[in-house]
Amino acid sequence: MTKLGSRIFSRLVILVPYAWLVFFFLVPFVIVFRISLSTTAIAQPPYEPVFRLADGIAGIVDNIRQLSFDNFIWLTEDALYINAYLSSIKIAGISTFLALLIAYPIAYGMAQAPRTWRPTLLMLVILPFWTSFLIRVYAWIAILKPEGLLNQLLLSLGLINEPLIILNTNWAIYIGIVYSYLPFMILPIYSALEKMDHSLIEAAQDLGCPPISAFWKVTFPLSLAGVVAGCMLVFIPAVGEFVIPDLLGGSQTLMIGKTLWTEFNSNRDWPLSAAVATVLLLILVVPIVFFQNMQAKAEERGK
Amino acid sequence: MKSLGNIRRSFAPWADPDSKPFISFKNITKKFGDFTAVDNLTLDIYHREFFALLGASGCGKSTLLRMLAGFERPTSGEIILDGQDIAGIPPYRRPVNMMFQSYALFPHMTVESNIGFGLRQDGMPKAEIAERVTQMLKLVKLEQFAKRKPQQLSGGQRQRVALARSLAKRPKVLLLDEPLGALDKKLREETQFELMDLQQQLGLTFVVVTHDQEEAMTMADRIAVMSHGNVIQVATPAEIYEAPNSRFVADFIGDVNILEGKVKAAGNGRIEIAGDDFTVRTVGDASPAIGAGAAFAVRPEKLKVSRAAPADASINASEGEIWDIAYLGDMTVFHVRLPSGKVVKTSMLNAQREVENPIGYDEKVWVSFAETAGVVLKD
Ligand SMILES: Nc1ncnc2c1ncn2[C@@H]1O[C@H](COP(=O)(O)OP(=O)(O)O)[C@@H](O)[C@H]1O
Ligand SMILES: [Mg+2]
Repeated sequence: MTKLGSRIFSRLVILVPYAWLVFFFLVPFVIVFRISLSTTAIAQPPYEPVFRLADGIAGIVDNIRQLSFDNFIWLTEDALYINAYLSSIKIAGISTFLALLIAYPIAYGMAQAPRTWRPTLLMLVILPFWTSFLIRVYAWIAILKPEGLLNQLLLSLGLINEPLIILNTNWAIYIGIVYSYLPFMILPIYSALEKMDHSLIEAAQDLGCPPISAFWKVTFPLSLAGVVAGCMLVFIPAVGEFVIPDLLGGSQTLMIGKTLWTEFNSNRDWPLSAAVATVLLLILVVPIVFFQNMQAKAEERGK
Repeated sequence: MKSLGNIRRSFAPWADPDSKPFISFKNITKKFGDFTAVDNLTLDIYHREFFALLGASGCGKSTLLRMLAGFERPTSGEIILDGQDIAGIPPYRRPVNMMFQSYALFPHMTVESNIGFGLRQDGMPKAEIAERVTQMLKLVKLEQFAKRKPQQLSGGQRQRVALARSLAKRPKVLLLDEPLGALDKKLREETQFELMDLQQQLGLTFVVVTHDQEEAMTMADRIAVMSHGNVIQVATPAEIYEAPNSRFVADFIGDVNILEGKVKAAGNGRIEIAGDDFTVRTVGDASPAIGAGAAFAVRPEKLKVSRAAPADASINASEGEIWDIAYLGDMTVFHVRLPSGKVVKTSMLNAQREVENPIGYDEKVWVSFAETAGVVLKD
């Protein structure tokens, strides 16, 4: 290949991820955002205005005039949406925290295991993905319902006298989210712990640090990058989660994914659901961008 | 050997029957599964000694050091430190500190907090910690790097941070595992002398692991040459070089010529070995059986090459032929082929070499050496 050819090639390679982002993130987002500025209509598609190239420039300008932020204003006026957002964030937050509490010791154990076992352990963590997500969530109904496996077990062991009501409560949602997203928490933490140099722990002990304190002063801080990555990988999809609250949570469960689904399917209100989705995206993206900026600045300062 | 800077006048506690060892390994064995890494090893190290464990990679040096630090438990035997059996003491309570081969600096802490880490563990007051850290930074000449993170330093600077961190707590013993392994040659040589100065200045006991014989010779008061989990010889660098006790040590340290033969006579502090080219007449206390196989080790610089046969008949001598000449700047190495076909190595300082009419290729020469030039090897 000529020098120029290889330069063009390397530019193209860089372009690929950008092109991906543009086509599969930016373009869909612009479409959703534009729908959120429309009003509902009994038509196909169920909103107006609809842009048609046939209308010409004048038609498009006219259409743009019809767009408005009414749906967003509506979201702030009805407490239902705000509560749904807040409750989603709360449920996702609690689930993420619980997932972290469970995943960290598992990841730690895996990283401490003999080297030859690790690929097998990793396989076991990913194994549930071989079964359909939906089937696994349904299985939890069978486990958690009042006459389900869990209650039968606890009753027969004599630990409880009457069945626990778990299904259709927030606890069922926590269990569902933690169970479904656990691998996403385990894997980044494991990868951070696994590449840590064991001599760092020895150095800490050598300098007078007992094992538990060495964990908090060395191991944990060095695994923070994995913890943050894991928390994001669980928290972000959990906020918008629809299937788990729908199947395991009760009718009174308020989560934004469910609200969105109702607006979109039952009420056929595309513009409003598009506005709900846009706000959800902003709620998630803005703090992340802010956080990453802070981190980058902190690293700058270290130099 | 270039440097003899480590010869300290009258520091030889090991030769004094009244002085007690500071560290004692007593019949230490360490097994990993079926594999014996350290094999029934006994070794004494004295207070304020600069002690080197020297041996090829995999011979158990690090394992021995790690047992002293408390990271490995001996399978059997005991380790006494300052009069106390340290078997049950965990690493975080031992009065020893270690400088790790990989440095093991905490990447999430600055140079300053790395050095202060051990002091904070001890609950030392903040002001004192700051003072000690400043002092350590000054000692290793890194004052202006206090706020940096380890990954923003060069290899040599990291090495000095690791050293400062392991010295900050003023341990009774400093353990150094291949401390200079990652440095380039020039920096390594400079740092060797810095380490020696530091050890003198602070009056500590240093135990250093190395596979580099020159490094061990330069720095240590005494060297333990190890092989396969055993100590083969413990002695000062000069003794190890001049009087290796075995073929292994002779071969391992520097260049050596080994002359083989059979014992012809022995007794009254003298040994005579009949070989193919020489009849080696030498001094030695051992009294091997007449006719037994024996080996005599002599260093290249102790062999003399000359055109004329030595006048003194008591000198060991053989004819030979120059086979190869290597000019090394400060000295010249001659490879001389003896009548039996054996090639010996001799070296001569160029300051002593005849400038006019020097000995050249294929010339017939005499190789000779004094009776005290080498030693009879024990095995
Ligand atoms: N934790 C361990 N498990 C099994 N074998 C080990 C372990 N540590 C060291 N060894 C083995 O013990 C021998 C000595 O190792 P080491 O003391 O590190 O040698 P070196 O002299 O190079 O420092 C090596 O053969 C090494 O493979
Ligand atoms: Mg080693």
